[in-house]
Amino acid sequence: MSNLFRLLTALAAGTLLGLGLAVSQMIDPAKVLNFLDIFGNWDPSLAFVMAGGLAVNALITPFILKRQRPLLAEFFRLPLKVEIDKRIIIGGILFGIGWGLAGYCPGPIITSLSFIDRDILIVFIAFVVGTFASRWALAHTKNTA
Amino acid sequence: MTIINFTPLPALLGGSLIGLAAAFLLLAQGRVAGISGIAGGIIYPEDKNDISWRLMFVLGLVLGGFIYQWMGFGVGVGHIRAIVDTPLLIIGGLLVGIGTQIGTGCTSGHGICGLARRSPRSLVATLCFMGSAVVTVYVVRHLSGVA
Repeated sequence: MSNLFRLLTALAAGTLLGLGLAVSQMIDPAKVLNFLDIFGNWDPSLAFVMAGGLAVNALITPFILKRQRPLLAEFFRLPLKVEIDKRIIIGGILFGIGWGLAGYCPGPIITSLSFIDRDILIVFIAFVVGTFASRWALAHTKNTA
Repeated sequence: MTIINFTPLPALLGGSLIGLAAAFLLLAQGRVAGISGIAGGIIYPEDKNDISWRLMFVLGLVLGGFIYQWMGFGVGVGHIRAIVDTPLLIIGGLLVGIGTQIGTGCTSGHGICGLARRSPRSLVATLCFMGSAVVTVYVVRHLSGVA
C-alpha cells in the first residue's frame, strides 16, 4: 500500500514539475538561448523561473527537514558532500556547453517529449546515450575525484 | 544589449510550481528532485529495486507537458520546437547527459534544490554551468557568425 502511495506521489511531483517547466517556458529553447545571450538581445525571463523556484523551495525545505522522516520513507536522502572537487567543475562546464548549444537541460528534454517531435527525440536519445556512457565509464573507473 | 520577450509572470508562476514540486518530493519520499539524477538511475541503474518511483516521476514530467497543451495554457504551444540543426542537437544532448552525470546534477538538482539548501557544491556547479552556457551562446551567436 505504501509502495502505491510512493509511486503516486512520485508521479504527482513529476507532473507538477513538468507543468512548471512548461508554464515557465523553460521548455522553449528559443527562450532559453535568448536568456543565455546576455550580450545580445536579452530575455531575462528565465531568471525569474530560477528565482521563483528557489524562493519557494528555500522557504518550505527547512520546515520539511525539521521532521524526523519523510511521509513515505525511512529517512531523508540528501547529498551530504560539501567539498568542491574537479568533477563538479568539469561536469558543470560540459553540461553548460551542451545547454548553450541546443537550449535544452534535462527537465525540458523529458517534458518536451510530450510534443512528439523528431528534433526533440534526437536530443532525448543523445541525452540518454551521454548519460549511459558517462555512468558506465564512472562505474568502471577508479574514483579519481 | 536590448531586452526582448520579457515574460516575468509566467516565469515566476512556473518557477514556483517547480519549487513546490521539489518540496513535495522531499516531503513525501525524502528525495531531492534532481532530474538528471533521477533519470540516470533509470538509464544506468545502480539499484534495480530503485527504478519504479523514478519511472513514475519521469512519466509525470511528460504528463505535465501534455496537461499544459491540453489545457491550452500556452497560446501557440505548437510553435515550441528545437531551433538549432541536428548536429548541434546531438552534440548538445550528449554533453548535457555527460556533464550532468559527471557533475552530479543539473538545473533542478543543483540550481533549485541544492541552492535552496545552501550547498556550496551546488553553488559552484550552478556558476560553472551558467557561466559556460553564457560563453557558449556568445561564441555561437556573436563570434562564429553561425546561427
